Amino acid sequence: MLFFSYFKDLVGREVTVELKNDLAIRGTLHSVDQYLNIKLENTRVVDQDKYPHMLSVRNCFIRGSVVRYVQLPPEGVDIELLHDATRREARGG
Amino acid sequence: MSTGPGLESLVDQQISVITNDGRNIVGILKGFDQATNIILDESHERVFSTKEGVQQIVLGLYIIRGDNISVVGELDLDLDRSLDMTKLRAHPLKPVIH
Repeated sequence: MLFFSYFKDLVGREVTVELKNDLAIRGTLHSVDQYLNIKLENTRVVDQDKYPHMLSVRNCFIRGSVVRYVQLPPEGVDIELLHDATRREARGG
Repeated sequence: MSTGPGLESLVDQQISVITNDGRNIVGILKGFDQATNIILDESHERVFSTKEGVQQIVLGLYIIRGDNISVVGELDLDLDRSLDMTKLRAHPLKPVIH
């Protein structure tokens, strides 16, 4: 639940999603759901010459199960808040 | 929550599905469910290779199991028409390794 809420707060930010097939897609975070499926808008593949497979795709849905990393804007990360939240979750409260 | 990344907005539109084994299937989204299982109508596969342009293989009506789906992209039809598929050269996408 923690990361679901966390990603919801990032909606509207520019992120890069790296997939487990090495494809990296950059775009504006449109929405997230409980499975951490991600919808991006105004997408572009990071290395378009190597991966022209999505040249005509501007909006996409990425299945949560294939996400390896999400690269966030530095200003979107509040480390103190995450510390507190993860500790609270670890204590079971 | 109403703003989840569902596929409702893509129904009856041309979409491009990238599967976990690296295939790219284009078709009209007819249905989907919670597990991202997908029904595609009038679908075809686009086969990328480094030797020749993109090959299109007609598949027809397809159901793709959600487990096997990586990305569902909304095709921008104008952009898609402006691409010269016969000139595109690329390695096929790598399969997903969990």
